[in-house]
This record gives sequence, C-alpha cells and structure tokens, in this order.
Amino acid sequence: MNSRLGWRKFVNAFMLTLTGLCALLSVSVLLIVLGYLAWNGWQYLTWTFLTHLPAPVGESGGGMANAIVGSAKLLLIAAITGIPTGLLGGIYLAEFGGRTFSFLVRYSADLLNGVPSIVMGIFAYTVVVLPMHHFSALAGGLALGVMLIPIVLRSTEDFLRAVPNPLREGALALGASKWKAIATIVIPASIRAIATGALLGLARVAGETAPLLFTSFNNQFWSHGLNQPTASLPVMIYQYAISPYPDWHRQAWAAGFILLMLVLIANVGARLILSRKSPALR
Amino acid sequence: MSIIPVSAETPIPPRFRAPRRRLSSYIQRLRSGDEIAHLITLAFAAAVVLITVLLVYELWTHSALPRQRFGWRFLVTSTWDPVLENFGALPFIFGTLVTSAVSLGLALPLGVGAAIFLAELAPPRISQRLAFVIELLAAVPSVILGLLGIFLLVPFLRTEVEPVLKATLGFLPLFQGQIYGIGLLAASVILTIMIIPFIISISREVLLAVPVDQREAALALGATRWEATWRVVVPYAKTGIYGSIFLALARALGETMAVTMVIGNDPRISSSLFAPGYTIAAVIANEFTEATGNLYLQSLIELGLVLFLVTIIINALARVLIVVTTRRGTGHP
Repeated sequence: MNSRLGWRKFVNAFMLTLTGLCALLSVSVLLIVLGYLAWNGWQYLTWTFLTHLPAPVGESGGGMANAIVGSAKLLLIAAITGIPTGLLGGIYLAEFGGRTFSFLVRYSADLLNGVPSIVMGIFAYTVVVLPMHHFSALAGGLALGVMLIPIVLRSTEDFLRAVPNPLREGALALGASKWKAIATIVIPASIRAIATGALLGLARVAGETAPLLFTSFNNQFWSHGLNQPTASLPVMIYQYAISPYPDWHRQAWAAGFILLMLVLIANVGARLILSRKSPALR
Repeated sequence: MSIIPVSAETPIPPRFRAPRRRLSSYIQRLRSGDEIAHLITLAFAAAVVLITVLLVYELWTHSALPRQRFGWRFLVTSTWDPVLENFGALPFIFGTLVTSAVSLGLALPLGVGAAIFLAELAPPRISQRLAFVIELLAAVPSVILGLLGIFLLVPFLRTEVEPVLKATLGFLPLFQGQIYGIGLLAASVILTIMIIPFIISISREVLLAVPVDQREAALALGATRWEATWRVVVPYAKTGIYGSIFLALARALGETMAVTMVIGNDPRISSSLFAPGYTIAAVIANEFTEATGNLYLQSLIELGLVLFLVTIIINALARVLIVVTTRRGTGHP
C-alpha cells in the first residue's frame, strides 16, 4: 500500500516537472527568437539603413527607407478601409442586430478570419490587380484591410457587449435616442478597448508578407501615388533573406529587427492598456 | 389617438393600426437618427457578408479553366509542367499534408503539456505571465521566423540534428538520404514553433473553463494533483483541446512565408523528411507573379481554392468543438 502511494507521488512529481519543462521550452523559443534577432539586427541597424534607398545589386550600402514608408502607406490604406467596416459592423452586431442576419455576418467574419493570407492575396489580385493591370499599393492595402475587418469586428462586438446595460438604460431614461446613447455613452465607455483591439489587428497585418507578394509587389525606388508597385518591410525581408548577397542578409536582419520591435511594442502596449481596464471590459 | 392603453397581449383591432400612425412613428425614429444609424451600420455589416461572397465567387470563376481541362485529375496527378501546360497538384498536397502532420505531432505533446502546466499546476501569477509571453510568440510575423529558419535553424539541423537522426533512426525510411538542412523537416520544425502558441493558449482557456468542483471532488477522493488533472480535468476538456488542435492544423496548412523559405521548393514526393519538398501555399507564393498564360495562373488559383476550402472546413470544426466545451464548462447553455 505504501509503495503504491510512493509510486503515485513519484508520478505526480514527474509529470509536474515534465509539463513545466514543456512550458519552459515553449517560452524559451520566444527568447531565442528575440535574442538572436536583436543581437543580429541591432548590429546592422544604421542611419543609412533608415534613410537611403536600396543600393543597386552588387553595391554595398543603401537602406530601406522606401520600404518603411511603403509599409506605413499600406497600413494606412488597410486602416482606412478595414477599421471603419469592422467597427460599424461590430456596432451593428452588438447594438442593432437581429438573429438571422447577425448570424450570417458573424459567420462571414469567422470565414474571413480563417482564410489563409496567401488566398487573401489571390483575392486582392483578382479584384484589384487584374482590372487595373498594375501591381499597386492600393491592392496590397486592400488585401490587408480585408484581413483587418474580422479582427476589428469581433473585438468591437465583444467590447461593446461588455459595457453594462444600466449605462444604456440610464441614457435612454434621460430621453436620449438610441443612437445618441450609443454614440455618447456606450462607445466612449469602451473606446480604449476598441482602439487597442484595432491596434492589435494592425500589428498583426503589419507582419503579413504573403498577400503582398503579388498585390503591392516590390519596388527598389520610391513609389508615388497609390497605383504603383510599392516596397514593404516584410516583402523586403523575404527577398533579401533568400538572396545570395551577405550585405543583403545583414539588411534583412536589420529590417526584421525593426518589424519585430514594432509588432511587439504594439502588442505589449495594447495588452497593458487592456489589463488596466476593469475586468468586465477585458 | 386611443385613450385606453393597449398592452402587448391584447390584439389590436384593425382600425387602430392606421398606416398614418406607423408612418409617423417611422418618421420620428428617422428624425431622431436611430433609423439612419441602424441603416449605416447595417450597410457595413452587409459589406462583410458581400466581401466573403465575392471572395468565394472570385476564386471559383478564376479557376474555371483548369477545372474544365483536368477535372479531379488535378488533385491526383503529379506533373507540374508550365511549358506543356500540364498541371497536377499532388506533390504540393503531399508536402502540405506531411509538414502539417509532422508539426502537429511535434507540437501536440509540447503544447498540451505546457497548457496543462499553465492552467492546472502553475501558480496563477506565473501562469498569467507565461501565457502573456506565449501570446507574444503568436504575434511574431511568419517572415521573421523564416529569416531565423534560414540562418539559424537550417544550419543547426544540417550539422547537429539530422546526422544524429540518420545515425540512430536511419533504418526508418523517414530519416534516410542526402542531408541538405532545408527540406520537409525544417519546414515542420518552423511550423511547430508557429502553431504551439495557438495550442497552448486555447487549450489553457478550455482547461480553465472546467468547473472547480470537478477538481475538488477528485482531490477529496484522495487523488494526487496529477491524477485529478489527467483523469478528471483533461477528459472533461477533451473536446475543446481537439478544437485547439484543429485550429492549429488550419494554421499549419495555410502558412506560407516561413515554410517557403526553408522547405527547398522542389515538387517531388519523397519518403524522407530530409528531402526538399513543396507546399500549396509555397508554390502560389513562388510562381504567381511568373505565371504566364491563363491556364497556369488559374491552376495556381485553383490551388488557392483547394487551400481555402480545406482550411475553412477545419476552422469551422475547431470553432464548434471549442464553443461546445467552453459553454458546457462555464455552465451557461
């Protein structure tokens, strides 16, 4: 009897350690990723890298200023198209929606959310690039915007639903119309959470590469307007990483470092803001 | 108009339902802005549905040529010849399935183990911090993992791991042949790193949703911590854990950049994990801009359609399983 208890205690301790090791291993992967990238990226990060155009093939030096601006441009288009659609759709689901149609909207959003990013690229290609006969910033931005919609929509709906009902009832009791109650009471009460949700979505699409390969394509020079191929950080990292030139590899590290820092800062910041909110709005 | 208040249960006589009254109330709602706000948000919600319909429509119409030309043969033949315009997707489907299966095999014990530790065994403070760190791992862009794959993982596999595997397990066909570093194994390892965060965070949520009295009952009967977890809590949350696995599988199938960078991009079917391979997502990424001719381009789009359908079905399954478990767990039907 005693030896059996000892065995059970041993199994208990053993499995506790084993699962702990699993968690430790998973976390250490992140530390390796961060550490190695920071070590390499920081070394190669120079002022020239941030302010110059890419050097012609074979020449050393040069930078990725056009890709940094291009990424910002793509994200801006994505934000302009994706955030309002997701936001207003989310308001509809949380405040106005009926049964059947809301189900359809939610189902569509989940479907969009599950679409592999490369397929989203094909979609933007057939809808924008084929009719306009141009790889363009517009096509890339729209591809990212469509990926943003389900993220913003679902987070908006969740956060609006977390706003306590007495707030709405109070506003209505004071004689406000429904939309006034929503616009002046419900949305301000959850605006920080909704904004961080949108920020998280932007951080996620900022690192997407696959949908840009054949929508915004790439460009070694400045791109003007929305109807030209446009460089972006993720695509540059990809092309420089698979190139045979050591100088380009170094620039890929530097670009990877910048991209990862942006994504992580956005994530940590958003989550810190969210966790400071009341638990009801998490 | 009517002086007697009409309750909801009382059927309203027809003469009281004058059209003017309904119209005036509609105008009042319109004036107060409610109806406009409703219509505007409705339009955007409808746009989401329209975009989804358009997505399916575009994929379907732009892959009509290869569907007519090859039919189902497209999925089961293995020539991929842009010059003679003969396209079969089998090597890509093979590579996609193998890398997804191997990465699931690696990620499953690790991920579920870590989730059990975080949900059941670790002190809440540590658990929350580690879960936060793991969510950050999910946010690392795939192209960055590909970068690390090329310069860190592939050399490591080539010089350290694969020779050892060949020496010890070389009798299996899985671990034979030339060692390149790049190949199916490298892609699988990268995919493992990418899907572990999903398995951990969803399994953890599902485990946390198991009611506390289940654990208390087991512990009261004299079970050790591990026995309570393994015999009571995990079986209770089993469906949801399956859900997290399906979600991870959908991710693995559709993942593009990191895989493209380390898999070797060679459309052949090989029994060895050391050999270079190709996946559906990778071939689309590599060849889409170079596709000359409609049939070539549309064959790539049909590959996209296949990927879309498979991931959508798996995603839907995953969601159903997760929702079923978390609802049952928290006791809200």
